[in-house]
Amino acid sequence: MARRATTQQVVVSTIGAWFFGFLIFFPILWMVLASFKTELEAFAIPPSFLFFHWTTENYATVQERSDYLHHAMNSIIIAGGSTLIALLIAVPAAWSMAFSPTKRTKDILLWMLSTKMMPPVGVLVPIYLIYKSFGLLDSRIGLVFILCLGNLPIVIWMLFTYFKEIPRDILEAARMDGATIGRELVYVLTPMAIPGLASTMLLNLILAWNEAFWTLNLSTSNAAPLTTFIASYSSPEGLFWAKLSAASTLAIAPILVLGWFSQKQLVRGLTFGAVK
Amino acid sequence: MGQITLQGVQKSFGPVHIIKGADLEIADGSFVVFVGPSGCGKTTLLRLIAGLEDVSGGKILIDGKNVVDTPPAKRGLSMVFQSYALYPHMSVRGNIGFGLKMAGLAKDEINRKVEAAAATLNLTPYLDRKPRELSGGQRQRVAIGRAIVREPKAFLFDEPLSNLDAALRVQMRIEVTRLQKQLGTTAIYVTHDQVEAMTMADKIVVLNRGNIEQVGSPLELYSRPRNLFVAGFIGSPKMNFIKGQNAAQLGAHTIGIRPEHVLLSMESGDWKGRVVVAEHLGSDTFLHIDAEGIGMVTARGSGDFAAKAGDTVYLTPDRSRIHKFNEGGLAI
Repeated sequence: MARRATTQQVVVSTIGAWFFGFLIFFPILWMVLASFKTELEAFAIPPSFLFFHWTTENYATVQERSDYLHHAMNSIIIAGGSTLIALLIAVPAAWSMAFSPTKRTKDILLWMLSTKMMPPVGVLVPIYLIYKSFGLLDSRIGLVFILCLGNLPIVIWMLFTYFKEIPRDILEAARMDGATIGRELVYVLTPMAIPGLASTMLLNLILAWNEAFWTLNLSTSNAAPLTTFIASYSSPEGLFWAKLSAASTLAIAPILVLGWFSQKQLVRGLTFGAVK
Repeated sequence: MGQITLQGVQKSFGPVHIIKGADLEIADGSFVVFVGPSGCGKTTLLRLIAGLEDVSGGKILIDGKNVVDTPPAKRGLSMVFQSYALYPHMSVRGNIGFGLKMAGLAKDEINRKVEAAAATLNLTPYLDRKPRELSGGQRQRVAIGRAIVREPKAFLFDEPLSNLDAALRVQMRIEVTRLQKQLGTTAIYVTHDQVEAMTMADKIVVLNRGNIEQVGSPLELYSRPRNLFVAGFIGSPKMNFIKGQNAAQLGAHTIGIRPEHVLLSMESGDWKGRVVVAEHLGSDTFLHIDAEGIGMVTARGSGDFAAKAGDTVYLTPDRSRIHKFNEGGLAI
């Protein structure tokens, strides 16, 4: 039955939505504001919201003290590399499970997901020792590998649900129309799966970009991505809120911009199949 | 040319035999309908001919050449799917022209052929629309356009009209038949609707549980069904089957009489019965009658035959139209 919202309901829900949206966004806003304060103002109680002495000295200090570009480059390589490799493995895996499932396909999917239920810290010691033996500690390859493994189950699941939505008839129609497997892939399958591939890629990039557990534990300087860069501004030298905020803002800026421009794609990808 | 021959074609999925050895000859240019109840293997047989499934045994010859190891793309057939299976990201033009593009034709030739096909199917105004912007009937026509534009050896239709509403289905039925006659291309059409089968086919193939029960023209199947299954499946409402003494008198195990071959009367007749349900369609009246010593019998009367439930009526079967079957269910 169709329901019509009254003006009152629209006003209340709009205000509610903005309120919760603001609530969720507030920590990021606060971080950005704090990055433009002096250390003293960053600590001040009561805190000042907009009327403080705006300064960019924190950014200058952060840039001076550590090599942002080095860490950013590491983040790009680690997040991008792990996403690319995960997709290369996941696309054929998801295709085969979606288009020629066996009796065990469901079990395999569940088994893959079950690896995500294990707390990473549970395997930290063995992974650390393995990495140590293979000389992978503080190496980009090592981080690419571990992040790829960590996100692979989610990537396969997302692609699997996507591919399952593509009707088999359409692929058969292409075959009847004289398309070889290769041309079927290029002209029919890929164009139909592009939204799914794109949103999976985006989500995986974001997850890998923000991953902190493995990157902090397995890297120190050489391969250290932006998460390590932020962490270096926390505890040891006392808390410098403003500098920590500046570092964090710098660290999340690239992925925030990417997420902002692709939010439509991302939302579609995450809710795909839920509404027909 | 589009002559298709099946020789002992078998298909099994594991231990389940879907097609148990089909032999069939389909002449060039003929319209053949595979008909049968759900799960009888008619769609599987079509998919075997298309090459979308591999045969477990036997041969499929297209113009004399065995194609069982030929991929679907190379068999020179085109198919119209039940779900239409249009490419959602392509325009109508792209959909119809896809097969030609795959065949490597030049762009202007593709355009010329696509436009000719679209004109035949009244799709010209919609050429640049996407499938989602079309109605069910228009989508169906695009699917047919995609099939005809390639000038295949044969068309394969897999219940193409089952997603359309009743009125449109009748209209499309006529259009498909007309188009096939006009092009003179062999067509194999799968349906579970025996009215479609009777009205469209040159030759009907009745399938049941993976076996071909009978092959023949619509009227042949109607007037000389080979066994009980075909007798019961072809014709609507279904043929009445009578066993016991009435059958034995005629030297048969079972006798069959179609509802339209039973004469109805309010006064006198061979059998007496009570009307259980009366269906007045205007043009005809169908009575479901509980006949004494026989059981339930369906009879067709004229539209103005004014019997209602509970009335006593008399039935007289047309002796010359009685079908006799032996114990094994085969026609005598």
